Amino acid sequence: MSGVQLQNITKTYGNVQVIHGIDLSISDGEFCVFVGPSGCGKSTLMRMVAGLEKTTGGSINIGGREVTRLDPSQRGVAMVFQTYALYPHMTVAENMGFGLKMNGMPKAEVAEKVNEAARILQLEPLLDRKPKALSGGQRQRVAIGRTIVRGPEVFLFDEPLSNLDAELRVDMRVEIAKLHKQIGATMIYVTHDQVEAMTLADKIVVLRAGRVEQVGAPMDLYNDPDNRFVAGFIGSPAMNFLKGQVEDGGLAISALDSAPATDLRLPADGTGVEFGLRPEHMRVDPAGRGFRLDLVEKLGGVSYAYLEARTGERLVVAESGESDLVDDMEVGLSFDPAQAFLFDAQTGKRIR
Amino acid sequence: MSAARRNPLNSAAAHAALLAYVAIALFPVFVIVINSFKDRRSIFREPLALPDAESFSLIGYQTVLKQGDFFLYFQNSFIVTVASLFFILLFGAMAAFALAEYRFRGNMLMGLYLALGIMIPIRIGTVAILEMMVATNLVNTLWALILVYTAQGLPLAVFILSEFMRQVSDDLKNAGRIDGLSEYTIFLRLVLPLVRPALATVAVFNMIPIWNDLWFPLILAPAEETKTLTLGSQVFIGQFVTDWNAVLSALSMAILPVMGLYVIFSRQLIRGITSGAVK
Repeated sequence: MSGVQLQNITKTYGNVQVIHGIDLSISDGEFCVFVGPSGCGKSTLMRMVAGLEKTTGGSINIGGREVTRLDPSQRGVAMVFQTYALYPHMTVAENMGFGLKMNGMPKAEVAEKVNEAARILQLEPLLDRKPKALSGGQRQRVAIGRTIVRGPEVFLFDEPLSNLDAELRVDMRVEIAKLHKQIGATMIYVTHDQVEAMTLADKIVVLRAGRVEQVGAPMDLYNDPDNRFVAGFIGSPAMNFLKGQVEDGGLAISALDSAPATDLRLPADGTGVEFGLRPEHMRVDPAGRGFRLDLVEKLGGVSYAYLEARTGERLVVAESGESDLVDDMEVGLSFDPAQAFLFDAQTGKRIR
Repeated sequence: MSAARRNPLNSAAAHAALLAYVAIALFPVFVIVINSFKDRRSIFREPLALPDAESFSLIGYQTVLKQGDFFLYFQNSFIVTVASLFFILLFGAMAAFALAEYRFRGNMLMGLYLALGIMIPIRIGTVAILEMMVATNLVNTLWALILVYTAQGLPLAVFILSEFMRQVSDDLKNAGRIDGLSEYTIFLRLVLPLVRPALATVAVFNMIPIWNDLWFPLILAPAEETKTLTLGSQVFIGQFVTDWNAVLSALSMAILPVMGLYVIFSRQLIRGITSGAVK
């Protein structure tokens, strides 16, 4: 068992509290992604798990051991840094074996582990090179190799792909997913990119301002967000929100001509709401009225239509296939109200 | 390289300026060296002439080498310089690492306090230093000089090295911590190799003044067996008669070891090895 349990974790710097009592349970072999906008505390939380930041309150368990006050090396974790943090004056093989060597492992055993990791990551031809002679993707693999040789209970990845160019990022994403399948160890992965989160994760933890907004499988978060923040954060392009309020027991959305039918239990009249629609759940209706088509982005497989409502609110609609829409048309919008989400404008909570 | 840099005219101008500087800087050295190979009369008659068959003489070198203790002076200077540099680099780097790496109360004040030494010349405290050395029986030992030079070099060393150590990526040190390295291992095996150019800079800055110093050897260690080269050369300079052949020969020879040390350190200076550490 090498799951990770966080109980009421807090962190304060001076008077500023950055992590507000987080409870989280990650089971053995799970791929857990911390995602959120920058400054939400996701990296801090990971560094607390790693032991690089002191935990102010609460407890951290890794594999059933309480590790809250232990040194990083005693926690059974290994970490891949955003900057890779390779030792520049050592070769690839030395980089991967350095930790083991300094901890007194016999040379032959170190070499064996390094070779095994190099085989998994296809680094064998590069073992004698220095980091500066490697490409970004290769450096990334060496950094991952350095974690593999230690055989940790938990792998930590701190935004490992953000320094790579777009194409390589997709490749490395696939490689990390494969690696997880191959090794089967528990992994925690920090990113601000919701695409990485959706594609890699068994479990996503959405963080905002040091609090957990929602925890769940990627599709659960997509199909059933708890609040406006998660709804807006998960999914690309982001969900569209239209302001409105409850009137006479029904919805009144000012950007829409007709009130969308709903069978939700609506709050009292006069409550401000936000009506959330995913771009992929709407269609542009060329015969309709009420929206001006600002711009159409044609990507081949999909086209994004940018609409402006009479109220000035902007929406993105994803149309599959080639679109014959032209800019500056007057268009309408069609959607299935059952696929829409409703949020309380004040608290941001989902109205179910 | 930019287009302007490759412009042959600019390049020539830059080289001309640098060559002129080299000529000016090396001229006194050149004069010392050529005159050390001439007899006394020629030194004064034509100081700028190269030694020829008529004026060539090794009398200066013979005098210096006959003055039996000359090799001892050499050895003393060498021991003092190398030992002082070693301690300056060791303790300077350790203090700099602590200042750069650990957040503790008074970190800033400690850094300022250590940097103050840069502004206060150590010679102001000569009398007190002499009293201390007498009290601890260190007068006329090489240790007296090594200790004083270490103290003299530390402020600048701490100042320069802590700046460089702050630039070593935190991730790198944290990677070491997760790898289970002790703080000493991180210091010795990760950080020191990365600030090697800075270490070389500090070494070069400190080496020349220590090697050339006359003041402290004269006051703290004037005994025959602890004389340094600079102090030893003074025997040839009298109040009324100066043996110029010997003085110039001694100075010419004194250049060699320090030049050797410089070559060793400057190789490190040039080598930038941090590239490829991150990103």
